[in-house]
Amino acid sequence: MTAFDGLGLRNRRAIPFAALPMEAVPRFRDIVCQAVRDGWRIVAFFGLPATADRIQLVAILAQDERGQLGGLTTLAQGSYPALTPECPEAHLFEREIAEQCGIVPEGHPWLKPVRRHPPDEAGGHVPGDMVNREEYPFFQIHGDEVHEVAVGPVHAGIIEPGHFRFQAHGEEVLFLEIMLGYQHRGVERLLETRRWPDAVLIAESIAGDTVIAHASAACGAIEALARSRKTPRGQTIRGIALELERLANHIGDLGAIAGDIAYQPAAAYFGRMRGECLNLLMTLSGNRYGRGLIRPGGALFDIPSAMAGEMRARLEVLADELRPVGHLLLKNASVQARLEGVGAVSRAQCLELGLVGVAARACQVPRDVRHDHPYGVFRFAHIPVATAWAGDVLARTLVRWLEVQRSLEFVIEQVGALPKGAAQVPCGALRPGELAVALEEGWRGEVAHIVITDDAGNVRRHKVVDASFHNWSALAVAMPGNQISDFPLCNKSFNLSYAGHDL
Amino acid sequence: MLDFLRTRLAQGTRTSAFPGEAPEFPERFRGRPTLDGARCPGTCRECQAAMPSSLLVVAPDGRASLDVGACLFSPEEATACPHGAISFTADARLSARDRPGLVSETGELPAIEALGRRMQQLFGRSLRLRSVAAGSCNGCEAELVALGNVVFDMARFGIQFVASPRHADGLVITGAVSRNMRDALYRTYEAIPDPRMVIAVGACAINGGPFRDSPEVGNGVPPDLPVDLWIAGCPPHPLTVLDGLLRLLGQLDGQSAPAPKA
Repeated sequence: MTAFDGLGLRNRRAIPFAALPMEAVPRFRDIVCQAVRDGWRIVAFFGLPATADRIQLVAILAQDERGQLGGLTTLAQGSYPALTPECPEAHLFEREIAEQCGIVPEGHPWLKPVRRHPPDEAGGHVPGDMVNREEYPFFQIHGDEVHEVAVGPVHAGIIEPGHFRFQAHGEEVLFLEIMLGYQHRGVERLLETRRWPDAVLIAESIAGDTVIAHASAACGAIEALARSRKTPRGQTIRGIALELERLANHIGDLGAIAGDIAYQPAAAYFGRMRGECLNLLMTLSGNRYGRGLIRPGGALFDIPSAMAGEMRARLEVLADELRPVGHLLLKNASVQARLEGVGAVSRAQCLELGLVGVAARACQVPRDVRHDHPYGVFRFAHIPVATAWAGDVLARTLVRWLEVQRSLEFVIEQVGALPKGAAQVPCGALRPGELAVALEEGWRGEVAHIVITDDAGNVRRHKVVDASFHNWSALAVAMPGNQISDFPLCNKSFNLSYAGHDL
Repeated sequence: MLDFLRTRLAQGTRTSAFPGEAPEFPERFRGRPTLDGARCPGTCRECQAAMPSSLLVVAPDGRASLDVGACLFSPEEATACPHGAISFTADARLSARDRPGLVSETGELPAIEALGRRMQQLFGRSLRLRSVAAGSCNGCEAELVALGNVVFDMARFGIQFVASPRHADGLVITGAVSRNMRDALYRTYEAIPDPRMVIAVGACAINGGPFRDSPEVGNGVPPDLPVDLWIAGCPPHPLTVLDGLLRLLGQLDGQSAPAPKA
């Protein structure tokens, strides 16, 4: 029997789907829970129909320190004992499995809908409240002077829809519950039914601010299944685009955090400089968010030498303009005082919830796919992992500022040293009966696309996990003890995707 | 304080010269699609099989036209035609007053008729909008947010997004209208006092965009919400949105429209 960690599964390397060790449910559960105790982390946990009445559950795990990926599978009928009581980071995955596949993780302490849609796979018994779009059983605290505040789905600004339910005592938040699903568009089903390469247009629209990361992860999985050749030039262009996307969003977030604490100069300057990064992506791809660039087999648009020179010059101007604004914000004592200690997530909470990306790095958990599971250009050009330790809004702001500087250095270096060769090569047909995992370090954190092909080489299951899926729980645990008035700032410091979560 | 002043001086004034000057876009920018009838043999139908969106509308007699509202502005929509009849122009003006206005044989869009006299008197110099994202990817919303930054600075035209529908004169809808947002969308519309307007922004709100025909979405703004302005794009450039709004309000008319520079 093959061990779950000895499959040769790596980021963007496909294996036969049948090679995943199949275990009976109790043993599957023990292995996954033990692995998580041993330092593995759940990348994805999902179901797909196996027979008329059985669901095949698949867990994909990562060991970041060793750069390993592992997988394990089991068959469940109607229900199975939940992993969550022993392994909290499985909690949202198990709610998703219940909702998508209609099987019950028994003993789950918080079995509520995730996106409020009917099951995709009618695999058996569906608990009533999993599909009820109208009634969501909110957690409530009762007591004198305890009150409830409901916010959303329509918010005060131009923000995606989501519902936040606070239990508060005076101004102090005792508990926050987040109900999402308003942006649910059925992305996974569309990815499974649209033909490639048209499906890349769906991948580009999973989260409109994470076009490059999602398209690259989707193409990465497809290329692994097709054994597509990867050209150094195509991979470098993808890396440049990914870091431009990170720059645009991190700079935008720094401005938005400044705006939320009414520090207008930094908000205005960062807001404008975010646009500069988007305009660089537009120069490259014809679209401000990089749509049209990432395609199976590489990058649809090359960077000719004149464009590389122009981009480099614009990036150097940007670097000069950014530095003083960063100092204006972060060296300001009243800004530091406002951000410090607000919305803190502890390192222990981070590990228990399986957080990723900026939120994890802000509490001294150095998870970064570019470093831990390197792929493409990041195998050759290393970007140091930026961390902070306090886990609060200030720490998340600092991590972003550090990453802005590192990404700028990276992009300036890479546009000046583009490898020769083609930007794109033909991708070819997908191999039948295989599984590929593609991880990408999007600007929020890990973006995972897991694609399984059927016997004819068509996509059988396309699982998408945005960093937001892992990290929304972090906002809920960061709020208690803070004031309701700190909520916008906390929310902004995570800046999670509703669309990326809702799919 | 000195640092602050120094930074202020270095940053300078960055507000776009639009609409006084024509906007400039990079060479690869994909604006309004166009169909060159002379290049289309009208018989091969190859584009229909290769087209990744509903951009192409083929009449029973085989005559092709473009639905700019359905365009996803992807490079593949142009390369779908093996004869090179479909291409993207640098024109970022992508709005129409009615849905059929977005469909034409060449991709050309009719001039936008400004609001009637009474509506212009009410809103021409002061328009407050409420945004509702309903089954979107957050791309259109990101561009709506960008309209508030110092470059596009929409407030200089008296247009602002407000926090409450009660304070709003109109509703901006983005997204394909997911089942879970349908109620909230109607309730927001009903909370806006009459007279009010509805503006549909982006391919999703116009016809479902990339999510068209997914069982979880309604292929855009429901037909019983009266849309006053349709703004195409995936997502529309901030200047595309601004151009549409200014023309609707009568602040920018067809004759003085600056031509785009490639």
